[in-house]
Amino acid sequence: MGTYRDACKSGQFVVSGEVGPPKGTNVARMLHDIDLLKDKCDGLNVTDNQSAVMRLGSLAVSAEIVRRGGDPIFQTTCRDRNRLGLQSDLLSASFCGITNVLCLTGDHPVVGDHKQAKSVFDFDSVHLIQCCKKMNAGTDWEGNALDGGTDFFVGAVVTPEADPLEPQMYKFACKVEAGADFFQTQAVYDMDNFQRFMEQAREIYAGTDVKMMAGLVVLTGLGMAKYMNRAVPGIFVPDALLEELGSVAKEDQIKKGMEIAARHIAFLRDNKVCDGVHVMAIGKEEIIPEILDMAGVVR
Amino acid sequence: MIISKKKPFEEVAEDLEGLSRIVILGCGECATATRTGGPEEVAEMKAKLEELGKSVVFTEIVHTGCHELDVKRILRQAKDQVGDADGFLILSCGAGTQAARAATDKRVIPGCDPLFLGNIQRSMDFMEKCSHCGACIIDDTGAICPITRCAKGLVNGPCGGTSHGKCEIDPNMDCAWTLIFAQLKREGREDKMTKINPPKDWNVIRHPAELMDRGPDKQKMGKEV
Ligand code: SF4
Ligand code: SF4
Repeated sequence: MGTYRDACKSGQFVVSGEVGPPKGTNVARMLHDIDLLKDKCDGLNVTDNQSAVMRLGSLAVSAEIVRRGGDPIFQTTCRDRNRLGLQSDLLSASFCGITNVLCLTGDHPVVGDHKQAKSVFDFDSVHLIQCCKKMNAGTDWEGNALDGGTDFFVGAVVTPEADPLEPQMYKFACKVEAGADFFQTQAVYDMDNFQRFMEQAREIYAGTDVKMMAGLVVLTGLGMAKYMNRAVPGIFVPDALLEELGSVAKEDQIKKGMEIAARHIAFLRDNKVCDGVHVMAIGKEEIIPEILDMAGVVR
Repeated sequence: MIISKKKPFEEVAEDLEGLSRIVILGCGECATATRTGGPEEVAEMKAKLEELGKSVVFTEIVHTGCHELDVKRILRQAKDQVGDADGFLILSCGAGTQAARAATDKRVIPGCDPLFLGNIQRSMDFMEKCSHCGACIIDDTGAICPITRCAKGLVNGPCGGTSHGKCEIDPNMDCAWTLIFAQLKREGREDKMTKINPPKDWNVIRHPAELMDRGPDKQKMGKEV
C-alpha cells in the first residue's frame, strides 16, 4: 500500500475511511475494523475524542495503524490541549511514523460527556495548520529551531452545507492560505449543492495543490437520515434521498443507504467533481468494503 | 457592569452557622442594578437572618462596593456597631466581598455568585460581550467580540457547528461569526475575514492583574513595568 499523500499527489481518485477509538480498552473490534479497511483505503482517519466524548486517544491508535501497515490520518482538535500540548503531540506523532494530520477546532465540551470540562481553544484550526507548516519548516510555533523537523501532510475540514455559507468560505480561504494540503468536507448528500460548492472552492484554491475530498456518511436507515438532517449542524439530506430510503422495508434501508453512498462515490469520481472521498459509516465500518466494491473502487 | 446572582439562602445560612452578630454590606452600583445587593435585597436578607435568630448589627449599601477605601471608611465610621460583629455577609460581586476582606480581619462571607461582565440590554436582561482580554481586537470584527461571544473564542471565522446562524452549543444563541460577518458586510469590509488573526496572547494579563496609573510615564501593569 502507498501512502495517503502519494495517492493524493498521484492524481488518482482518493478514498479514505475512518475508525473511532472505543471508550475503554476493549480494542478488538477497532483492530478488526483497522485490518478490514487499511488496505481498502488510501488512508484511515482516527477521531480525537469525537463529539467531545472522552475515548482512547487518536495518537495511540494512529500509531497502531502505522504498526499494522496502514496509513493513519491523525485527527487533532484544539479543544483539549494548548499550544504546548498540541505541538508536543505533533512531535510524538512524527516519532510514531504518522505523517497525515487533520486539523480541527473540535466540538465544545458541553455537547459531550464531560460537560463541566474547561475548554482550551488556545489555537484555532487555522493556527494548527500554520503550526504544522512551521514544524515542517523546522521550527516550533515561536520560531525556535527544532532538533529535527516534521514532514506532515496537513489536512483541514470545511462544511459545504454551512448556513450561512459565506463566512464558512472565508474560513476555508484562511485555511488554504495557512497552507492546508487537503480538505475533507463535512458529510454531503446533495450532489448539485456540492458541485456548486466545489465551483466556489476551486476559485479560492486556484493555483495551489489543494486536494478536495467529499465527506460521505453512509445513511443506515430513514430514522438516522432524518436525525442527521435535524440534529447535526451543516448536514442536509435532500427529500429525494429520504424518499428513496423510505421506499424499502426498514431492514433493507441499510442496503439502500449503501447503494446511495456507492452511487455518490461513482458520480463524484466519474464527473471529476473532486479529488476523492472520505467515507464514514460511524459504528458500521464492516459495510465499507462492500460499498467500495459497489462503486468500483479497486486497490 | 458585573452581573451576579443571589446564592441560595440555604447556602448562605449554612456559611453563617455559628456566627450570631452579622454585618450586611450591599453595593450601590452593579449589585443594585442586578437586584442582588441593593437596598431591598439587603433588607430582605436582614429579615431572613433575624428569622434564623441572628442579630444583624449593621447594614449599609456601599456606594461602590469594590472601592476598598469606601468600605474601610464606612466600617471605621460604624465601629461602635461593627466592633463586636463576628460575620460580614457581602451582597455584591467577589470584588466587593474582597474589598470587605481588605477592611476587616473577621469572617467575610459571599452572598452572591458573580457571573460575568455584562451589558444591560434592558432591565434585568444582561449579556456578556467583553471578557477584558487585555488587547482588544474588535476593530477588525465589526465591534463584535469573538473572544467572548463565540463559545470557543475563535478568532478566524466560524467553526463547523453553526446551524441556521446559531451556535452549536445553544440553538437560541447567535453564532458570533454570523453576526460579525453580517456587520462587516454592512460596512463593506468583508475582506477583513480573509486576514488570519494570530492566536491571543493569554499572558498580556497575568493573573492576578494589577494596574497602577499615576499619570503619563507612571503607568504600572503588574509588578514590573
Ligand atoms: S477583544 Fe473582546 S474580550 Fe478582548 S477587550 Fe475587546 S471586547 Fe473585550
Ligand atoms: S457556532 Fe459560531 S459562536 Fe458557536 S462555537 Fe462555532 S463559531 Fe463560535
